[in-house]
Amino acid sequence: MSAVRHLYVHVPFCAHRCGYCDFVTLVGRRAGHGAYVDALLVELELERGALADRLETVYLGGGTPTFADPDELERLLTALPRAEEVTVEANPETVTPDLAARLRGAGVTRVSLGAQSFQPALLAVLERRAGPDAVRRAFYHLRDANFDNISLDLLYGIPGQSPADLERDLAEAIALGPEHLSCYELEAKPGTRFTHAHGEELARQAEAMEGYFERVVETLVSAGYRWYETASFSRSARQARHNLAYWHGRDYLGLGIGAVSTVGSLRWRNRPGLGAYQRALAGGERPPREEERLEAGVKRRERLMLGLRLDEPVALADVSGAVDGEALARMERLGLAERRGAALVLTRRGRFLGGGVTAELLAESPAKSTIS
Amino acid sequence: MSPPDRIRNFSIVAHIDHGKSTLADRILELTHTVSEREMREQLLDSMELERERGITIKAQAVRVTWRGHQLNLIDTPGHVDFTYEVSRALQACEGAVLVVDAAQGIEAQTLANAYLAIESGLAIVPVVNKIDLPQADPQGTAAEVAELLGEDADGVVRISAKTGEGVEAVLDAVVERVPAPGGDPAAPPRALVFDSSYDQYRGVVAFVRMVDGRFSRRQRLRAMAAGTRFEAEELGFFSPDRRPTETLEAGEVGYVVTGLKDVSRLRVGDTLTTHESPAAEPLPGYKDVKPTVFAGLFPTDSDEYPALRDALERLKLNDASLFYEPETSQALGFGFRCGFLGLLHMEIVRERLEREFDLDLLVTAPNVAYRVLTKAGGELEVHNPSDMPREVELVEEPYIRATTIVPKDYVGSVMELNNDRRGRFHHLEYLSEERVLLVFDLPLAEIVYDYYDQLKSRTKGYASFDYDIVGFEPGDLVRVDILLAGDPVDALSLIVHRDGAAARGRLLVERLREEIPRQLFDVPVQAAIGSRIIARETIKARRKDVLAKCYGGDITRKRKLLERQKKGKKRMKQVGSVEVPQEAFLAVLNLDGERK
Repeated sequence: MSAVRHLYVHVPFCAHRCGYCDFVTLVGRRAGHGAYVDALLVELELERGALADRLETVYLGGGTPTFADPDELERLLTALPRAEEVTVEANPETVTPDLAARLRGAGVTRVSLGAQSFQPALLAVLERRAGPDAVRRAFYHLRDANFDNISLDLLYGIPGQSPADLERDLAEAIALGPEHLSCYELEAKPGTRFTHAHGEELARQAEAMEGYFERVVETLVSAGYRWYETASFSRSARQARHNLAYWHGRDYLGLGIGAVSTVGSLRWRNRPGLGAYQRALAGGERPPREEERLEAGVKRRERLMLGLRLDEPVALADVSGAVDGEALARMERLGLAERRGAALVLTRRGRFLGGGVTAELLAESPAKSTIS
Repeated sequence: MSPPDRIRNFSIVAHIDHGKSTLADRILELTHTVSEREMREQLLDSMELERERGITIKAQAVRVTWRGHQLNLIDTPGHVDFTYEVSRALQACEGAVLVVDAAQGIEAQTLANAYLAIESGLAIVPVVNKIDLPQADPQGTAAEVAELLGEDADGVVRISAKTGEGVEAVLDAVVERVPAPGGDPAAPPRALVFDSSYDQYRGVVAFVRMVDGRFSRRQRLRAMAAGTRFEAEELGFFSPDRRPTETLEAGEVGYVVTGLKDVSRLRVGDTLTTHESPAAEPLPGYKDVKPTVFAGLFPTDSDEYPALRDALERLKLNDASLFYEPETSQALGFGFRCGFLGLLHMEIVRERLEREFDLDLLVTAPNVAYRVLTKAGGELEVHNPSDMPREVELVEEPYIRATTIVPKDYVGSVMELNNDRRGRFHHLEYLSEERVLLVFDLPLAEIVYDYYDQLKSRTKGYASFDYDIVGFEPGDLVRVDILLAGDPVDALSLIVHRDGAAARGRLLVERLREEIPRQLFDVPVQAAIGSRIIARETIKARRKDVLAKCYGGDITRKRKLLERQKKGKKRMKQVGSVEVPQEAFLAVLNLDGERK
């Protein structure tokens, strides 16, 4: 088993749970940040054997990592292994000049800023705390601290969002000139407060907003971004290397509550409870977790599913047995997928329908009809 | 054993709900065949469905004793679809009790049954029932019946089967007016099979009328038309339970346990004789009943195909007139093309399959049998629209003579409906000042499609309707195909008159557009006659179908999501490249029912 080169660290703390969020987050426990960082570092030591000497990427996600006590965050960052790309997720209202400088000083190379929108009314629907000015301010603080790799998150399909609203958001984002953009359609995830409040409205407007995805892609591509993944856009060499590792099917180690690791044929997810996590690690034990054994066939199916999100071809050799040959022929006829040499890639239209096309292409398991 | 002059064989015939079964119940009670305590409502109708629908599907025979006479009461099916079975049951009798509701008067099936009985040469005992009802008009109804039979109104027995009033007089009238059976006790044995049923343990049980000679237990018998041979494992009669006897004598009605495992080897109308002294000629009137209405039956879950096959096999054991053969539809998968004696027969079979066998079915639009002359000069009979050649010289379709009885205020509505349905007026006659009998010739296909509901709603339920098939006539009929993305959906093809083709096509195409979810590509939905498109809609392609994000934390979940999606596609029916959910077919196939 080759050593793992990608590390994810989950920092669950948030000032407030946004209505649409379904991540593992903890609200209002500022006092506990130190204990959590302690636990993370014990877990790191327990798993260190799996890690390569030199990591390619580290990613701090949340939650809101930048909501954590700045001293604790700094302690965590300093203790983590070095890597070529170190990303921290940040909410605009948490980014001060001091924090930006500290992140930079602690080796962070990239910040992913949760902007979501530049319209106050839409931000209010999302229950985001930062206004549009806070987004811009945070962005400039990061630039001032010499961050040359900033990503903005945008949401579209927000209840009440008109096509003009979307154009304005995109224009504002482009004007800031981030190296990377992630644009997600707002999903009404079951069980969230947001779905309860806005689910029906989202369903009603679904048809009217059907063209938003196309508009996002067209606008960003003509502004010079590369649509390199379903929801991701980058200036030439500034792709999210950590995320690319997922999409390329690389192994990764995840630390923290709810974090997922995939190493070889084993995937495990730490349970989301904070108490049990910290108790186990305080005793030097691994935290409670659920394991999933990944058969070779499953790995190849995931490889197909993840690979088709990218604009680069997937080598057929890597997904042998995972592709329904009949469906592939059909998708090719429909101009949604194409074979390029010994590789498979979705066409532009195929990428807009990537979910449906991938579902078609996935062979039944165990594979009945496959291509070699 | 009774001497033939002490035997009376009779049926009770009536329009639906005029009280046939209640009268039968009272007769069983009055003759102490069944005690009151044992009396179950409508004992003779043993199937759940029959009781619910108030109709009798399978004929049965019960022997009762009345003032020293052996009376055999032969029950008959009460619906047009089973005319042949009724005619055989009547053939086993010398008399018929014609029951007419004193509040309703003569209805379409009263006429049909009366004519059948008269044609069979039976003595008729006319009875006016329900005289206890406040709205009853015994006088007027008796006059109507007397007029119909050309007899005196005094001869009409007035009863209430419900209270029992007058029922003794009915039995006395049967003894007096119905002749004793003829037939030659010394001649080579001949018995008419007028019904059969299937017993799980003893095989086919034939209901017979001994015409000549006698059968004895353990005798070797032969069905003359089918050529089937078997041993009479048991003989006897019903009263109302099975009562075994050593012999069946000329003039008697009873049953024969055959041990046969297949009801189709002993068809209604066949003649039984003995192996040792066979009759030279069978009894007249045997006919191989042919189905008139056809439909494809498909399990909604393809895994239930074997269950459907087993269920049809079991129904067929008791219903020789049910026809089925495997059918493979590109759209609906494996199923059966079934032939029925009529629409009611189809409904009964379908309901029994769903209710007694717990099957979920997709039933294609019913169609009739067409006679086709091809361009090449060949002739064929088409039971399935998708078998209709696109190029034909001539198509003939079955015609019926339809009798409708309505209050005079609705004559216009019925005329209009029948004219819309390509009907040809035959004649009209006043049964009384209020009630009119209308006779039209109509293509059977027009009855199959939403006719009964229309008739009912346009006459507020007052119309009674009956028909006979009278023959085949050429029609300007076309095959309409429904195409999805250019591929025909075989299960939705239909044969319609050219004038109605565009409207039907449009209706189907619009409905499909609404019901089929958007796909990864534009899907044209078309109705076509040959290569000519008569209606078209487009299901626009989806523009976006992506899983918004997928990072390390939710790969498993997203994979399972896509796998489920792929599995869901398997449950869809595939037509060419288009996935059609079951519900879309259901909605389209149910159009007939909804179009009111």
